[in-house]
Amino acid sequence: MTKPRTGYIHPLDLKHGKVDMTHGSGGRAMAQLVEELFLTAFDNEYLNQQNDQASFLVPGGRMVMATDSHVVSPLFFPGGDIGCLSVHGTLNDVAMAGAVPLYLSAGFILEEGFPLADLARIVASMAQAARDAGVPIVTGDTKVVERGKGDGVFITTTGIGIVPAGINISGERARPGDAIIVNGPIGDHGVAIMSLRENLSFGTAIQSDTAALHGLVAKMVGAVPDIHVLRDPTRGGLATTLNEIARQSGVGMMLRETALPIRAEVRAACEFLGLDPLYSANEGKLVAICPQADADALLAAMHKHPLGKEAALIGEVIADSHHFVQMETAFGGRRIVDWLTGEQLPRIC
Amino acid sequence: MKYIDEFRDGTLAKKLAADIRREAQPTRSYSLMEFCGGHTHAIFRYGIQDLLPENVHMIHGPGCPVCVLPIGRVDNAIALANMPGVILCSYGDMLRVPGSNRVSLLKAKAGGADVRMIYSSADALKIAQDNPDKQVVFFAIGFETTTPPTAVAILQAQKLGLTNFSVFSNHVLTPSAIANILESPEVRHLGLLPLDGFIGPAHVSTVIGSRPYEYFAYEYQRPVVIAGFEPLDVMQAILMLVRQLNEGRAEVENEFARAVTREGNLKALDMVAEVFELRRTFEWRGLGLVPYSGLKIKEKYAAFDAERRFELVYRTVPDNKACECGAIIRGVKKPLDCKLFGTVCTPENPIGSCMVSSEGACAAYYTYGRYRDANNH
Repeated sequence: MTKPRTGYIHPLDLKHGKVDMTHGSGGRAMAQLVEELFLTAFDNEYLNQQNDQASFLVPGGRMVMATDSHVVSPLFFPGGDIGCLSVHGTLNDVAMAGAVPLYLSAGFILEEGFPLADLARIVASMAQAARDAGVPIVTGDTKVVERGKGDGVFITTTGIGIVPAGINISGERARPGDAIIVNGPIGDHGVAIMSLRENLSFGTAIQSDTAALHGLVAKMVGAVPDIHVLRDPTRGGLATTLNEIARQSGVGMMLRETALPIRAEVRAACEFLGLDPLYSANEGKLVAICPQADADALLAAMHKHPLGKEAALIGEVIADSHHFVQMETAFGGRRIVDWLTGEQLPRIC
Repeated sequence: MKYIDEFRDGTLAKKLAADIRREAQPTRSYSLMEFCGGHTHAIFRYGIQDLLPENVHMIHGPGCPVCVLPIGRVDNAIALANMPGVILCSYGDMLRVPGSNRVSLLKAKAGGADVRMIYSSADALKIAQDNPDKQVVFFAIGFETTTPPTAVAILQAQKLGLTNFSVFSNHVLTPSAIANILESPEVRHLGLLPLDGFIGPAHVSTVIGSRPYEYFAYEYQRPVVIAGFEPLDVMQAILMLVRQLNEGRAEVENEFARAVTREGNLKALDMVAEVFELRRTFEWRGLGLVPYSGLKIKEKYAAFDAERRFELVYRTVPDNKACECGAIIRGVKKPLDCKLFGTVCTPENPIGSCMVSSEGACAAYYTYGRYRDANNH
């Protein structure tokens, strides 16, 4: 009997190799992919135990859990890629409860034939994003589907976190008179993705705003524990997120168009594509709703953080039985800012 | 944003609003039709009605190419898309318009038809080049603005020797539609639709010029102001119309002198004339059969005509009985007069075409303007 091999005859060819069906078969090829790629990149004590589950102790308190699947096309875009996006997306969902994120999981669906070099790039980007955020990816899963049955790679991440005592942030807590604040210019991610789509491709310097917001959120809840609502306006943009909150809270909203932070390049791109930046996706933005009396303190705290430097007060919550989100236009009239209808741009995240 | 913000300036808007308020005589009312859906969209998006005095009414006209296309033509497009080996290329707005049995191109796509959303006729041409084993059909819709690019695509296809590219032409003409509205019994005899003047679409006039409107202004004694699509353009045009009406004039005036001439774009018109000819009649949703209001592909370019190549048969299909799109397109009714508006018919689940395109009166009203009536209840 020969001794079990510790290494593999050929290391993974991360330069020219491609994903094949054996990488999802549960056999030795899969073990090699996990060891040489995922374990090496994500490297942490929980994952390195190599069990089917991660085992960890948790502090007491209220726990939150969020999950997010990522199917963005193209996989690499100005300012990021599906890897860091999949980490930021879930961290932000956890953070929008005011929570401190603790652990992440990652599930990969790979398409047969996908270049291992691209996969390695994506995994490295995820690992970097997780390290920057201080939140380890502690467990994961890999499946492979036949060529033509997927689109390169889909990634699902799940995160858990703990809400500090005394924090109660929820979509139904917006009250008439509350201030509506965003942490910076809206619409960047949607425009960055759109600029690469095959039948649109246009040159732009716009980068995706993809970023993990839990650091900013920690400062915000530190300054104003009574923040009523936090939400990240991803798909459907700011307009759709505000409509969700208005419906959940049973209120209306009045925005001021002149107060909305929007980059000139984003406005220009939306203008010629016939789109509205209010509906363009964001991946590093949040909306905060808090009592008017706390607005200045919250803005001050946000302005001190790199991801909140351009935070702005954009409007207020009003009583409205129709739950309309309205806007005073820069032109001097008024309009409704409705839910997104249909699909402005598929597979944005 | 340079060259854009200048035309959306709130301070100038207030000044224009004050001018309109001062000029509009309180003893009379002004019913002005913006023909084009682009203007309808601008009016709602910028809240222009909020800036107008109560006796200046905007009536939303039929100038939305998606809205005026009858169900029968949508059915034709869906039938094309369902043919094996066909790729149907369409502008995005058209995908959600329901045909018979509420089937849309989007639903046909979900059912396996190869439907591609494109942004220009050039995209369709490229798809044809990339898919030599497929028949690529461009579902061409629109007024005079979109006709020249379609003509170019056909001329290009001929030059490239493409045998797998054809166009399903649904191009329609602005002046014929305006004449039809002015001839309608609601305007001429019944007095149901007061129509004092028109805002003409500048984009159309960059192609056809301002001259085609001179006939209405003179024959029907209705002033026409050709205006751009920025909100200040629209406000300025309203002021010019109010002034003409006060002075008893009925002339064609050009607010959009920055791009519109009397003669239009002769080169574009020549290209259109090379490829297209008038149909004897074309069915419009809301207006019915309108003589000489649509364009078909000339015999000379028959090889690129999808109607001939696929032997399409047109069949008139009546609108949903409760749907008021027809009356809304003619300006006789407003979105709120329709029982389906906002209940059964919404942008997510449109019954009529006016609820589909963002230029449709119902969709614009639903998306931007509902607060006005809601607050009055």
